[in-house]
Amino acid sequence: MRIGVDVGGTNTDAVVMHGGQVVAAIKSPTTEDVGSGIVQAVREVLAQASVAATAITSVMIGTTQFTNAIVERKRLVEVGIIRLALPATTSLPPLVDWPADLVEKIGRNVVMAHGGYEYDGREISALRQDEIIAAARRFKSAGIRSVAISSVFAPMNQNMEKRAADMLRAEIPGVAVTMSSNIGRIGMVERENAAVMNASLMELSKRVVGAFRTALKEIGVTAPFFISQNDGTLMTSDFVETYPVLTFASGPTNSMRGAAFLTQFKDAIVVDIGGTTTDVGVLSQGFPRESSVAVDVGGVKTNFRMPDILSIGLGGGSLVRDDGARIGPDSVGFELPKYGKVFGGDTLTTTDLAVASGAARIGNPALVAELSSSVVARGMERIHLMLEEAIDRVKTTSADMKVVLVGGGGVLVSRKLKGASEVILPKHAGVANAIGAAIAQVGGEVDRVFSYEGQGRELALDGAKREAADRAIAAGADPASVTILEVEEVPLAYLPGGAVRVRVKAVGNLAGHGAD
Amino acid sequence: MDITLDRLHDLARGAAFLGTGGGGDPYIGRLMLQQQLSGGGRVRLIDPSELDDDALVVPVANMGAPTVLVERFPNGPSAVQAVRKMERLLGRKVDALMPIEAGGVNCTLPLVVGSLMNLPVVDADGMGRAFPELQMTTFSIYGVAGSPVVIHDEHGNDVVVSAVDDKTSEWLARVVCMRMGGKAEITLYPMSGRDAKTKSVPYTVSLALQIGGVLGAARSTKSDPFAALDGFFRAARPPRCFKVLFDGKVTDLWRETTRGFAVGHLVLGTLDGTGTPMDIDFQNEYLSARIGELYVATTPDLICILDRETAEPITTEGLRYGQRVKVVGVGVPPVMRTPEALAVWGPRVFGVERDYIPIEHMGD
Repeated sequence: MRIGVDVGGTNTDAVVMHGGQVVAAIKSPTTEDVGSGIVQAVREVLAQASVAATAITSVMIGTTQFTNAIVERKRLVEVGIIRLALPATTSLPPLVDWPADLVEKIGRNVVMAHGGYEYDGREISALRQDEIIAAARRFKSAGIRSVAISSVFAPMNQNMEKRAADMLRAEIPGVAVTMSSNIGRIGMVERENAAVMNASLMELSKRVVGAFRTALKEIGVTAPFFISQNDGTLMTSDFVETYPVLTFASGPTNSMRGAAFLTQFKDAIVVDIGGTTTDVGVLSQGFPRESSVAVDVGGVKTNFRMPDILSIGLGGGSLVRDDGARIGPDSVGFELPKYGKVFGGDTLTTTDLAVASGAARIGNPALVAELSSSVVARGMERIHLMLEEAIDRVKTTSADMKVVLVGGGGVLVSRKLKGASEVILPKHAGVANAIGAAIAQVGGEVDRVFSYEGQGRELALDGAKREAADRAIAAGADPASVTILEVEEVPLAYLPGGAVRVRVKAVGNLAGHGAD
Repeated sequence: MDITLDRLHDLARGAAFLGTGGGGDPYIGRLMLQQQLSGGGRVRLIDPSELDDDALVVPVANMGAPTVLVERFPNGPSAVQAVRKMERLLGRKVDALMPIEAGGVNCTLPLVVGSLMNLPVVDADGMGRAFPELQMTTFSIYGVAGSPVVIHDEHGNDVVVSAVDDKTSEWLARVVCMRMGGKAEITLYPMSGRDAKTKSVPYTVSLALQIGGVLGAARSTKSDPFAALDGFFRAARPPRCFKVLFDGKVTDLWRETTRGFAVGHLVLGTLDGTGTPMDIDFQNEYLSARIGELYVATTPDLICILDRETAEPITTEGLRYGQRVKVVGVGVPPVMRTPEALAVWGPRVFGVERDYIPIEHMGD
């Protein structure tokens, strides 16, 4: 018996699941302190399920708290930044392209030090202890308690980052150290950015994870809890406290994984119609298709694996103009119950059109009975055209694909959609996020450069796959359930030794949960 | 003319366009120049005609793998040292710098170096785009010796290659670059002002600026960037052929290492699934495009893959399954199409077994 929770900006959704069954589901407002909202939501869903807190075997939580903190520039701490690279990389120091208001919050405590690796693992320079100690002392006297360390080609060899981290901990007792090699992939600017953002979230991550722990304890849930990361797999709460930045994309990822679960589709288009926007993504082999372009978080360039989501300005609260010819992008959002015509308000919204057309039963239909039928028809047609265009933009084949509607806005869809072989609005679509969290697997990933010459491609790939599987197991996966989800090879131009950059992702079920 | 901060996005975008899939991460190129300019540096671009015949002009570039560049950025001061070494070897001061290729990161690095050394940069290059090997330049084709090639690294090491021909310069320099970690700053093809004026592909840095500007303007006015490009190339003097060769999505993609390069192939399908797919061969840069068995463009003409909506150029490293793209082709100037030039960068050089046909005559 598992609980999945999605702590969003507006709502905290919770589900109880038993094996593959959704036993109970609720939506509840997110609270300022996060914790009381979770207590409320989990108590309610347990009550609905008639299940005791002690019967719960694990809790999975997805949250946008950390993304929001970066985007809103709130609850961040000042950080120390060390880059191990000299004499290389001086042309672009850390923070070079960061928005000024964000740098203001985290400070510009940058130290460039000797170190780093070449693509083949040789050192660029030896690590110099005196440089690291000097940096540590400087940070300590500035009251800094969180440091990000990035070394050139760290994904190839973590050693130098580890040694520098040890030196820092010896100098600054209790310091939180973020190593870029644990967070990011090849691409110094983006990986270092991720490490720095992570370091700035160190206090918040303790507070949020602490709030989760306290909330669950208060309810009497003693089961271990996990938190979703970017690719939809789980991290232990300890891991999240150390790497909050890995949760950035978990919201849309969970929503899509929830859609996959509710329909049992491995490949489908997921359309999440919310209050203001519709997010469209593609499920491929049960996981969201990743974005091919670098993703910006709060104005900072990253190379996180984020789902490739197309967002359009269409939601349940979108304003209707030009006699139905124009929909949105502005919306009354969560104030629909105040401003929508079917609720006695004076703003014509898409929900009003849906009710007037007979597609939905919400609020008081009499309040929209006077709407011109041509306006309603035109508006509904426009809504469907917008959805069809979005679906066409994300498809990779010409063949029709299954379309799954999640979120609350499914009521807007009243006819078949071009490009869709079928349109499914599954039960519990509104809490797809929480379900996605509940069904998440544990993952492990390898991303570095291998030399195919000598050992050959097969041996190298086998080694990479084994390493990825080991990482999944270290993260809590049941060894018997681990499978290789993805293998990507990029040969490196101009370099000898058959150098290939290999990326392998392995996933498995949480140990102790079998097919649960 | 001075290149200022407000033009950098355009320059990086245009350089990525001319990079035809290669040339490295344009983001890094832009940031480096941004750093230099924000620090008070000045970048002067000069018309080739402003050069004295007996000036000393030296191309400066980064040599190495794009995948190394994203970890170990190009280094301006190291490039300055390479230029200084060249001056010592030749016994005279350099009067102006020049890009060896206007495509990719090597369009912006010379501008950074020019700013550091307070030297002007000639608005011209040796490739009119990007190519993978050092001998693939108009300089070499029309008789300027590539040697000495000064190869400098960030530790302060340098190696000078003096070879009997430019293909050998490439062969020897490449292995030095690899030993230096897959990246080095280089100067090569020291030439007179007269040679710079007559043996380069002219106005390619401003071409990059213009192309980037056309795309940027289309985006901000929300108009069709492809129509804008078409208009731009039509109005160029002399006009250059511009074609949208394909509109579709990436349906297949593979890469492997052959002959020391990342060789690859992609297949594009049409958006509605009807019609014949397009095949593109690449070797860092896009080399040939065909629809079924019908070739529609080959090197040296530019083949560029752009995001279908934003027209942002996509490098070969940035290719992914499912990307929605448009493939465009641009004809190169006559100086790049002579028999001597084609012997150096025509299709057969890259293993595409056919003779070059100018893009304006292909696909008829």
